[in-house]
Amino acid sequence: MTGYSFRLFVAGESERSSAAEANLRALAGSRLSGGYELEVVDVVARPGLAEELRVLATPTVVRLLPLPQVRVIGDLSDPLRAAFALGLPDEPQEVREKKEEADGDRHHKEAHGD
Amino acid sequence: MTDADTIERTPTGINGFDQVAIGGLPAGRPTLVTGTTGSGKTIFAGEFLTRGIKRNGQPGVFVTFEEPPEAIRRNFASLGFPIEQWEAEGKWAFVDAAERKDEEAAVIGSYDFGALTSRIEHAVRRIGASRVVLDSLGAVFARFTDTGIVRKETQRLASALNSLGVTSIITAERNSEYDGVSRYNVEEFVVDNVIVLRNVLVGERRRRTVEIVKFRGAPHRTGEWLFTIDPREGFVVIPLAFLGMPSAPASSTRVSSGNPGLDRMCGGGFYRDAVVLLSGPSGSGKTLTSLKFLDAGVAAGERCLGFTFDETREQMRRNAAGWGIDLEGMEEAGQLQVVCDYPEVASLEDYFIRIRRAVVDFEPQRLVIDTLSAMERIATPRALLDLVIALGAVVRERRITTLFTSAPTSRFTPMETPSIARELASLTDVTIALRYFQKAGMIKRTIAVVQNRGSAHDEFVRKVTIDADGMHIGDPAVGLDAMEAADLDAPPMPGVIGDI
Repeated sequence: MTGYSFRLFVAGESERSSAAEANLRALAGSRLSGGYELEVVDVVARPGLAEELRVLATPTVVRLLPLPQVRVIGDLSDPLRAAFALGLPDEPQEVREKKEEADGDRHHKEAHGD
Repeated sequence: MTDADTIERTPTGINGFDQVAIGGLPAGRPTLVTGTTGSGKTIFAGEFLTRGIKRNGQPGVFVTFEEPPEAIRRNFASLGFPIEQWEAEGKWAFVDAAERKDEEAAVIGSYDFGALTSRIEHAVRRIGASRVVLDSLGAVFARFTDTGIVRKETQRLASALNSLGVTSIITAERNSEYDGVSRYNVEEFVVDNVIVLRNVLVGERRRRTVEIVKFRGAPHRTGEWLFTIDPREGFVVIPLAFLGMPSAPASSTRVSSGNPGLDRMCGGGFYRDAVVLLSGPSGSGKTLTSLKFLDAGVAAGERCLGFTFDETREQMRRNAAGWGIDLEGMEEAGQLQVVCDYPEVASLEDYFIRIRRAVVDFEPQRLVIDTLSAMERIATPRALLDLVIALGAVVRERRITTLFTSAPTSRFTPMETPSIARELASLTDVTIALRYFQKAGMIKRTIAVVQNRGSAHDEFVRKVTIDADGMHIGDPAVGLDAMEAADLDAPPMPGVIGDI
């Protein structure tokens, strides 16, 4: 299984920042059963990291691994398009069924190094 | 007291621009600089930073959305600005926001430019910058297609720059030279201060101008000002670049014009710092007078510089040899430099730079330009007037005895451009009119000193003969009657004779 690693750049603690993080976690959780890494970077506190990856817009998620790097700008409000843009695998069949059965009752293993 | 007095300025240090801006850009605020592609926006913006570092020791941040930093470093290195060294010394910082192919990003949902703002703030704080450049907004709009968001974010960026207290330049594209201020109408929401750079073709000639469209609450000069981008001196606004200098006190020393008769008419020669306008149709003796003027300078041990148009060096030397003047020998001895050129090879602004550079390098005591009229082919009368004003400032400061020649059969006629012609005459100290007419199958020539500032001069129109020795000034041409005067092939000095 290829490891997934993301860095999410947000600007301060805004609604948009938390929406982006929640959307990304939900998406990754449902599609990356093998786990993933996510680092959330507040550009106000750590502008050097934004400089390093030449990020302009916030939120921006950078898929660091697997290579090549992929970027998506925005709060990821459209999960299907976001999954496609980030090159995430399709949702496992059983997850989809479970979801349909009990919406909201989500159990996903997450392994992320923040 | 008005508001205007309280607005602080940041001098750009750009040649001539601060005179147009009456001091510089409004300090601590953003200024929008718009122009079509190739209008000089990046050079203007970049020079704002480089001049700030060189002249005022003010560090600057260059935010680039379009060209990669390497290209900007290279371009400015050719103008003698060591960007790389300044980066190492903490005087210059890039925020590289130019898009790279491998960083293309899908846009899903809402976003802002928080990261960019943080990076700029970070760079400004890191080097203690007081000047910031954003070049150019057009690239941002091209990359982020939601113009609504880009507008809102640009506005926030502008207010962030305000809070940082930096004086900034934001560049943006225009679609055409005289339609709207900028593409995407950024000026409506971004800034109080707008400068437009233009690059237009006028009569098949490229003309660059800079105009301050608005400076909220701050006085500035209005209208379009010519500028050029010189490979050595960068952005140069004309003619004000050289009018700010204190003028040297007027000289009371006289020098010879090269013609004893003309010296007598002028009360004993020209003042050393005089600017002389010699006007006459072709064949009236302008070039001869110019050559004798140079010859007299060399004979007096002075260094002489001559610009001549429409003649090759060989033709010029042959003509001079015909009057017993050895131009080649003088040039070899290093006392004379003659530049032969065709006006069409450069723009008027470039000529100004060329002439000024030759003056600075050669340090002449005498200068001849024969003829100004040749340059009318590449410029509007207004632009030529600017050139004369600018050159006037250059030569006066150095007390160079200067002779301009002009042919009145040109566009400088009272009918077409009376004010320009009058202004031209008013810019010179001595105005001499040469003319000729036919009488009984013979060519008759006359000369008159129309104006001689600060000195008495001969009021007579005198007869002139030209022979192998040169020009001889004779008796007053009192025999001329009204009929003969009407035969004159051209008005002797536009706007001057007509006024008398």
